[in-house]
Amino acid sequence: MKRAAAVVVLLACLSAFVFQVPAFGALNAESLRGTELFVYNWGEYISDGSEGSLDVNKAFEEKYGIKVVYDTFDNNEVMYTKLKGGGVSYDVVIPSDYMIERMVSENMLQTIDFANVPNYKYIDAKYKNLPFDPNNEYSVPYNVGTIGLIYNTKKVAVAPDSWDALWNPDYAGQILMINNPRDAFAIAHAILGIDCNTTDKADWEAGAQKLKEQKALVQSYVNDEVYNKMESGEAALAPYYVGDFLTMRANNPDLAFVFPKEGVNFFVDSMCIPQGAKNKAAAELYINFLLEPDIALANAEYICYASPNTAVTSNPDYSLAGNEYIYPPDSAGIKTSIYRNLPQDTLNLMSSLWDDVKNYSGEADGESKGGLGSGAQTAIALSAVAAAAAAYLVFRAVRKKKREV
Amino acid sequence: MKKRSALAHKMAVSPYMLWSALFIVAPMFFVVYYSFTSADGGFTLGNMTQLGKYTDTFLRSIWFGFLATFLCLLIAYPLAYAIAKSSANVQRTMVALVMLPMWMNFLIRTYSWMTILQNTGVINNILDALGFGRVKMLNTPGAVILGMVYNFLPFMILPLYSVLAKLDPSVVEAAQDLGGNSLTVLSKVILPLSMPGIASGLTMVFVPSVSTFYISQKLGGGSFDLIGDVIERQFQQSYNYNLGAAISLVLMVLILLCMAFLNRFTSGEEEMVV
Repeated sequence: MKRAAAVVVLLACLSAFVFQVPAFGALNAESLRGTELFVYNWGEYISDGSEGSLDVNKAFEEKYGIKVVYDTFDNNEVMYTKLKGGGVSYDVVIPSDYMIERMVSENMLQTIDFANVPNYKYIDAKYKNLPFDPNNEYSVPYNVGTIGLIYNTKKVAVAPDSWDALWNPDYAGQILMINNPRDAFAIAHAILGIDCNTTDKADWEAGAQKLKEQKALVQSYVNDEVYNKMESGEAALAPYYVGDFLTMRANNPDLAFVFPKEGVNFFVDSMCIPQGAKNKAAAELYINFLLEPDIALANAEYICYASPNTAVTSNPDYSLAGNEYIYPPDSAGIKTSIYRNLPQDTLNLMSSLWDDVKNYSGEADGESKGGLGSGAQTAIALSAVAAAAAAYLVFRAVRKKKREV
Repeated sequence: MKKRSALAHKMAVSPYMLWSALFIVAPMFFVVYYSFTSADGGFTLGNMTQLGKYTDTFLRSIWFGFLATFLCLLIAYPLAYAIAKSSANVQRTMVALVMLPMWMNFLIRTYSWMTILQNTGVINNILDALGFGRVKMLNTPGAVILGMVYNFLPFMILPLYSVLAKLDPSVVEAAQDLGGNSLTVLSKVILPLSMPGIASGLTMVFVPSVSTFYISQKLGGGSFDLIGDVIERQFQQSYNYNLGAAISLVLMVLILLCMAFLNRFTSGEEEMVV
């Protein structure tokens, strides 16, 4: 009898060990076996098994028997338009702060049942009750970080301390600018001393003017190409995210990073559950899973962004703990601002002004664009082609008539 | 008998008709609908009146498209002719070689050009080693046009090749027997007979060139927009389907006009032969 009981206990221990079924919600998780979970995250934003790292999605699939269907996006706006456009259904999305605020205001997110996310206890208190989700209903922080200025010490002799470096004519043709309006305008606004969340039309026009002034100096407007161009030494300066800087520096030790004194954007990318999610229970299970200390650690090591997870930051094995770039001490006195959702009018204005910036060619400055760009030249060339073609058609018709005669 | 074949004809055609109605014609109506409505669904001409500021971008796109198409024709015609005139084995190999780059994804091919052309890239490293110094190639209009020519060249070569391969050599011989020199034979016989190939090649290169956005972003550095970039941004970034649709609609009309123009050109030649 005693032996039988011992066997039962042993079996129970073994099964708990093998399946690692958490005491809480075990039945719930078991009933989800065989279902599918649709996750939509930023590109390169999860430990995926490359270079000997842990494959987080695979670990989740093995543990719970839920198939993870994983898609990625390049920026918040792409994610938003895809969800807004309909025709897709995701269970977990990971947008940034201001986009979460917008999605909440447009009723695109569901509240999360935090009883199913017990690991939320690991989230650092300073990343709770943030303006985009003041009551912690819709989002669970995944990664936090800032933007900053990356430069190549071989090309930039004096360490810059200001965003002004991106407007310095000495580096003409060596400057990369970020190819999305929100971040680009925030940098221009920082220099001008304007709040990045301004809704004043004149402020945005001033920002656009500033960006136009920069355009002749810019080598190219980049997103993920920044890795290639900074690592190869193709460009000297680029504004980009601090976590990505660490990745770049691993490939090119000449790169350095600075938090410009005018201030930088601070962002919080958080896990949310969109309206229309078909597998909300699995979504909560997944969010909870990503907060597990060992999983979060694997992610933090792989992604190189700051983790909001105290189980990671206090872990002695965490190689980036206290890193001066991603966890700058308060004494560094870095000014940060968080993006807020802007009213639709301001968003329309921003995108229209951004079109103007991208289309700007400078006063009678055909040379900077290779001599082909200016509208006047193009129009002349086009009409010349049209005239030649018309002349040819007339010639043809006349000859044909002659022959008929 | 006749009735049955008509039915068979209908049945053979209907899947495609259904397909194009659903996925080509219906979306066109959406484009038109969005072009003339505002975000809240009411009728407006506001999207159209905003288009003025994109005039430069439209002109630049069409001009780049023309250049790329012209260059493709210039490169492809002699090549297609040479392939068509070679032995069957060589033909097979050459056609396979033309197709070969298309086995790799278009985006990757364009991205590779970025690393080839950049200031620290392969070409510039060689130039520098030879003492010519580095030349700025990437982020210029030339790089964008190169990207278009490189990516769309097979679409010019293949239709030209298929027309030229079918060209009856006896027609050429007849022209030569009748005393035509090689220039006359080319301009009066070969060129007119290959017009259908030229026409389809022009269309297949011009249309994607005018509307491209990826090539200009990667090889042009995002510093000069093509109209495809603007459209992409309206849909992906700004969530302004209405303006995006209006630009698309105008672009479609412009492309149709260009094509009608090219067709006049090519059909004129054909009549002459007949």
